[in-house]
Amino acid sequence: MSDHSSPESHENVPAKLGYSPVADIEHKPRLTDTDPKAARRAERQVATMFVLSILLVIAFVVAYIGIDKSTIVYIPLFGEVGALNFALGLCMGLGVFLIGAGAIQWAKKLMPDTEVVAQRHEMASPEAATEEAEANYQRGKTESGFAQYKIIRRTLIGALALFPIPLVIMLRDLWSTPAGSPSPDAILSKTLWKKGERIVVDGTYVPVKAEDLPVGGLISAVPADLLEVEEAEGNLNARGKAAIIVIRMDPSDIRSQQGDGWDYQGILAFSKICTHVGCPIALYEQRTHHLLCPCHQSTFDLADSGNVVFGPAARRMPQLPIGVDAEGYLVAMSDFAEPIGPSFWERG
Amino acid sequence: MKFLAARRRSPLAAVAMLLIALIGIGAGYAVIANARPAEAAAVASSETQVEQGKRLYLEGCSSCHGMQSQGTSQGPTLVGVGAASVDFQVSSGRMPMAMPGAQAVARDPAQYTDEQIAAMAAYVASLAPGPAIPTEEDVNFENADAAQGGVLFRTNCSQCHQAAGQGGALTQGKYAPSLMQVEPKEIYEAMITGPQSMPVFSNATIPTKDKQAIIKYIDTLQTLPDPGGLALGRLGPVPETVFLWTAVFAALIGVAIWIGIKAR
Amino acid sequence: MTATSPVEQVGGGVATYVDQRVGSNKFLARNLGKVFPDHWSFMLGEIALYSFIVVLLTGTFLTLFFKPSMVEVLYDGSYVPLKGIKMSQAYASTLDISFDVRGGLLLRQMHHWAALIFIAAMSVHMFRVFFTGAFRKPREFNWIIGVVLVTLGLGAGFSGYSLPDDLLSGTGLQIARGIMQSIPVIGTWMAFLLFDGEFPGTEFISRLYAVHILLIPGLILAMVTIHLMLVWTQKHTQFPGPGRTNDNVVGYPLLPVYMAKAGGFFFVVFGVIALIGGLVTINPIWIFGPFMPDQVSAGSQPDWYIGWLDGALRTMPNWESTLFGFTISWNIFVPAVIIPGIIFTALALYPFLEAWVTGDKKEHHLLDRPRNAPTRTGIGVMALSFYLLLWIGGGNDIIALTFGMSINSITWFLRIALFVVPPIMFVVTRRICLGLQRRDRDKLLHGYESGRILRLPHGEFIEVHQPINAKELAVITGKTDIAPLALPPATDADGVRNKHFHVKKLRAKLSGFFYSENVALPTAAEIEEGQHHAAHDAAIEAPLHAYEDADQINRAHGGVLHHPGMPETNAEQLANDGGHL
Repeated sequence: MSDHSSPESHENVPAKLGYSPVADIEHKPRLTDTDPKAARRAERQVATMFVLSILLVIAFVVAYIGIDKSTIVYIPLFGEVGALNFALGLCMGLGVFLIGAGAIQWAKKLMPDTEVVAQRHEMASPEAATEEAEANYQRGKTESGFAQYKIIRRTLIGALALFPIPLVIMLRDLWSTPAGSPSPDAILSKTLWKKGERIVVDGTYVPVKAEDLPVGGLISAVPADLLEVEEAEGNLNARGKAAIIVIRMDPSDIRSQQGDGWDYQGILAFSKICTHVGCPIALYEQRTHHLLCPCHQSTFDLADSGNVVFGPAARRMPQLPIGVDAEGYLVAMSDFAEPIGPSFWERG
Repeated sequence: MKFLAARRRSPLAAVAMLLIALIGIGAGYAVIANARPAEAAAVASSETQVEQGKRLYLEGCSSCHGMQSQGTSQGPTLVGVGAASVDFQVSSGRMPMAMPGAQAVARDPAQYTDEQIAAMAAYVASLAPGPAIPTEEDVNFENADAAQGGVLFRTNCSQCHQAAGQGGALTQGKYAPSLMQVEPKEIYEAMITGPQSMPVFSNATIPTKDKQAIIKYIDTLQTLPDPGGLALGRLGPVPETVFLWTAVFAALIGVAIWIGIKAR
Repeated sequence: MTATSPVEQVGGGVATYVDQRVGSNKFLARNLGKVFPDHWSFMLGEIALYSFIVVLLTGTFLTLFFKPSMVEVLYDGSYVPLKGIKMSQAYASTLDISFDVRGGLLLRQMHHWAALIFIAAMSVHMFRVFFTGAFRKPREFNWIIGVVLVTLGLGAGFSGYSLPDDLLSGTGLQIARGIMQSIPVIGTWMAFLLFDGEFPGTEFISRLYAVHILLIPGLILAMVTIHLMLVWTQKHTQFPGPGRTNDNVVGYPLLPVYMAKAGGFFFVVFGVIALIGGLVTINPIWIFGPFMPDQVSAGSQPDWYIGWLDGALRTMPNWESTLFGFTISWNIFVPAVIIPGIIFTALALYPFLEAWVTGDKKEHHLLDRPRNAPTRTGIGVMALSFYLLLWIGGGNDIIALTFGMSINSITWFLRIALFVVPPIMFVVTRRICLGLQRRDRDKLLHGYESGRILRLPHGEFIEVHQPINAKELAVITGKTDIAPLALPPATDADGVRNKHFHVKKLRAKLSGFFYSENVALPTAAEIEEGQHHAAHDAAIEAPLHAYEDADQINRAHGGVLHHPGMPETNAEQLANDGGHL
């Protein structure tokens, strides 16, 4: 430190209980130090806060018992809010706050506000301690023979290195695959869609005919088998892969498709799962034929093979080839030709 | 007047005067602009509804949608859009637009009277069949299932209009509007006609019963209280973040500063 | 001196009883009078600690009612718009906490707000520590623990955000899974293991629950304990000021003042959290609905602390490559894994990098004012601006909607700004800091401009400079001037090539980058002289026209023309005029 960093010195100030007052710091006495009336006023302020806190806790209990949990009240600025939540939060919040505010006010007004000084000591241990530690270490080294028994040392290191393996290997069954089930990439590459699988409206699960969908129309759809599969599997996995959107545009608007004749009279089906990180997308602008992901704004042009026109997605939106069955209902012509959803290492 | 006199030399006075003048001009223009259709209505009493609609169409719409409603570079064709589309666009104040563009903004009040809108709707419906204006019965959602409507809303609507119906951003500055002020008929018409960027949710895929459920759910959202307190616009974590870093931290750091200040 | 009350007698008895068994009085003797310096910015860490305690308290309550299960149930609670809907038990029980447990909504909202405040307070605390150089020796370990705590905080927050299994949190998990799958080689398997197969599976919520309520809080508690023990043994840093040196600590004793203030502040933080928990909605999960993998809401956002990562994901260009039949998703892996990895590693290593560059091995207990470490401050502001831009990216759709802008334009703006703005911020901040240093030096030498204008007898106007007060003097002089390391010689005296010459040269150059432009403090003699001039009678002693072009200067000052032979100084003129100005 330079000379000026401590313009004041404390050498002449006697030490007191481990620290000394800083004589050089200007200390103005507070009103509460000089005026007993002010001190009593401060005392009353603090006590008032504590009393209010007590009252608020009582109010909290009353509100808890007295207010029905479904009551809605109108509070200006806040709108129509839950009365119980509002009252409980207000009572507890203010009640607890006042304890703190009272304690702080007490400290500021009535406890001494003279700053005191304590000396610091270097963090490093005194030399004697370091030497003693060193001596202890040497003794341990010699007595154990760690340096001497090379083979013990090496085998111990080997044993310790292998010891975590059981702990890690037991994590394998986090994924409870039955024996002989397909690999992750095979699972990710397959959905419920297959030739002849009917397309049904998501939420109502009714099949759709081609004429049901006007130009500019959109439906969110799933395979007709889905509910049955979900029932059997007891999870939403199949839905997460098979969800599609079906749109219809003027056939002359279609600039390209992922496969020849994968549309049906201008009706196109695309996966609903974003190829970026997997958000479901149905934000379809029927004028521009753009599909926007609300999560990260990847934009796909559905009139042009579902190619990416903006945003962080690297891959086009997979298209599902569709047609109609004998009764005129929309059906898939096969599964997706490529894995849907986010990329993964083995995807290639 | 002393108050004003004392402040007329303030640098803000000029700004205030400018603002007052601008508001005055704007208000005046609005009155005149609204008065016009009313005058026109008086003339039209002897025509048939379709004739009246056609005249209004030629006066107010044809410059963008074309003399034969065939559409121009400024606006799409209206052949086959149906009466529902006209009713939705005009009665919500979206049409006529001040300037052609992808985003039509709802304005209140509408530029035409109900009678005029009905006339234009009749005219456009006469061009080619299209979705009709929903009946009272169609949009009566009293007996609908709000919970099922919620499922359909989250499957078909929330991706653009947001889960709480507060609206959301689309590409290139377009947006899906908030649903907080819309009428049941408007919702129904929007679904069957697919206005602007919105796709069509036809009656064949989302039947009237399901549409009523969706409308009921939107109505529920419109009237939903906020059990947790101040709703922050129901826009999710972003306004929560803003509140955290402004109000909450102002309060906490304010107390921290109070602790640090020496008492007098 | 004072009478002992019965309570005190009992207390004393207990103290003795405990002391005889654990020797606690030794600790109390040393520490009850421990001195803590007072400054509002030293309370930021306390906000973090106290909000964490609130998180623990409210979280414990929530565990009593929350069911971390993805088993599907039909909702039959009191929130009508979801009645009869299929949902996971996790979501249903969160609805129950919100609508059917009295006070449940309050505690849920307190838990969530407190969590946001916890991470926010840690971050601000970290910036305070960074900008004041409090991470320097001997506090490097505590800095690293701080970085670990922030990382754990992010994990705690994200895992909690994902538990209710509403549409928003499920979307977050879907994104997390997408990110996991982008990790080369192990990503796909990792995702399958953690989710027990495909997304969403039936296991993930309960696994996450264990992480959220046991693993992470346990680690945070352990880290917080070490953090506080180190603060305790190393004593708190302090800002320069009167009587404050590198070897002492000036402040208030633990008992009673600091205990009242810090203890009181706990209740204040608790109270504020309870107030906003009751008054302001957070995460209204009932509006989002139960999670379905084929549903999404516009404006899906993470909580604030993940916002910058989401922003990075949004602004990243869509790069992906295929190598030998394997996919590398740069568009996801870079913003979601590599960038945070680099940022947190750099953050953890910064104290060591700075110490190496500056060759500084001293203990530092007196804080740097940010201006006195311009390069560090510049780096900090640069990093902050980078972070803020990413953060804006994370909310680009809400910004677009609210202000009528285009998300495409915002994204493009950010793609460019992320590379342009931070360097500009660095240069500007560094310049501002150096300017402030120069002003400090001027203040020391010439005092401060009092704003009082004095008209001298010959018409010249001068502003009276007054010497700065003792407090400001101590603050300004409480800095350490560090000389940059000298460039190493390429060869030694015998012409032998200097080992590690290039590394040493780099180090010297970086050191120069850090310190060469710093404005050194004037010497004590300079200060004294300067202060003397700055005193009130400076006006009198000042030369009347010590300029080359007296005519011009004097005219500019609105004064009288001066000619050779006229008095040179005010004092001279004073003498000429017989003592009257």
